[in-house]
Amino acid sequence: MSDLQQTSLSARTNTEPMPKITFIEHDGSVHTVDAELGATVMETAIKNDIGGIVAECGGGCTCATCLVHVDEKWFAVVGPPSEEENQMLDTAFEVKETSRLSCQIKVTEKLDGLIVRTPSYQGR
Amino acid sequence: MSDTIKTDVVIIGAGPVGLFAVFELGLLDIKAHLIDILDKVGGQCAELYPEKPIYDIPGIPYITGNGLTEALMQQIKPFGPTFHLNEMVTTVEKIGDPLFRIKTDAGKTFECKCVAIAAGGGSFQPKRPPINGIEPYEDKSVFYAVRKMENFRDKRLLIVGGGDSALDWTLNLQPLAKRLTLVHRRDEFRGAPDSVNKMRALVAAGAMDLKIGQVTALEGADGRLSAASVKTKDAVERIECDAMLPFFGLTMKLGPVAEWGIKMEDELIPVDTGTFETNIPGLFAIGDINTYPGKLKLILSGFHEAALMSQKAYHYVYPEKKLVFQYTTSSTSLQKKLGVA
Repeated sequence: MSDLQQTSLSARTNTEPMPKITFIEHDGSVHTVDAELGATVMETAIKNDIGGIVAECGGGCTCATCLVHVDEKWFAVVGPPSEEENQMLDTAFEVKETSRLSCQIKVTEKLDGLIVRTPSYQGR
Repeated sequence: MSDTIKTDVVIIGAGPVGLFAVFELGLLDIKAHLIDILDKVGGQCAELYPEKPIYDIPGIPYITGNGLTEALMQQIKPFGPTFHLNEMVTTVEKIGDPLFRIKTDAGKTFECKCVAIAAGGGSFQPKRPPINGIEPYEDKSVFYAVRKMENFRDKRLLIVGGGDSALDWTLNLQPLAKRLTLVHRRDEFRGAPDSVNKMRALVAAGAMDLKIGQVTALEGADGRLSAASVKTKDAVERIECDAMLPFFGLTMKLGPVAEWGIKMEDELIPVDTGTFETNIPGLFAIGDINTYPGKLKLILSGFHEAALMSQKAYHYVYPEKKLVFQYTTSSTSLQKKLGVA
């Protein structure tokens, strides 16, 4: 085995922890997936083909089509939206007290176990 | 009905790729008209990320959506393109070999030798609120745009939203309406502060109502609205109204492209990668709306596609001429077209 291969193997075993995020879709289907630290919840959803997340603008906080309802127990950990995000939430539907745009939630170790629900409709 | 506008190429979509197509066509002496549903040029760059940085335009380490749009407008200025904004192409019909007739929802008719569809993710259209049974009311008593203010005189109006559209129409229609209620999900507005102040003054004077909540149900018959239910923090209120105007911004929908007889795959247009021509000769598709093996939805890919598409379009526009490939760095003829030689 070459040095290069060994390096890449050991790099793989020393990977950072992968927090788990559970998406509960509007039809009741549940997907628990690994999330990369530093990625957004939206990116995690798109990578894992979570159908309820559209993310039209690709994460720019300009379209409000990646809305999620954060599980009530998790909302305090995730925190409230910024004013910029709140303005975009004005153009979303079925917005609740615990609603967030998933492109504005960065995955951290604290979010391991996070549960979010996708709405029935993202505006398109 | 106005006269038919005749040109070489009609470009559908004035996003970055449609704009750059003007440049590539212009170098080959091909004139273009552009049609876009937005009221501004730039497409997604203008609508979705005007202030957001783009890092992958070759040779430009950093530029915003607006910055790129402005730079492209400067670059294509020598070719004097004509823009038709706020218009949606409704039909594209092949009437010759090749010759196309294009119609827009503003009543314009175009005739052109080639068509370049550079429509990105489709057309930006108003978001429709997910209220059960809203469909029969749409265009009868639920409107996503105001075409004639007079239509709302002496009506009980419900305007929904918190941005400039909702506020501007609130201020414009309040003097005409019998009663106007603005509904917004929170007591903060993202519209211009001056408009917000004016709206609050009208509420304080009792000249209109403001409800903080979300519309959850509609009542009425035969498409004529009679009332709406607004869910506020602790109750559901029934508000009598004759018309509702929801303003929740825009979203991309494929739109009428699917009805033009072009072969499509999953809402995308397959193209030949040598020419970016669709299954219809003379009809091209460039940028995010096309698909081919290895396709990447990148602005830079769209630029490349515009260049190759122009070479093929030349043969349709000037069938008797031979095209000699030239560089802008060395060709005096190209530099003259650019106004620099």
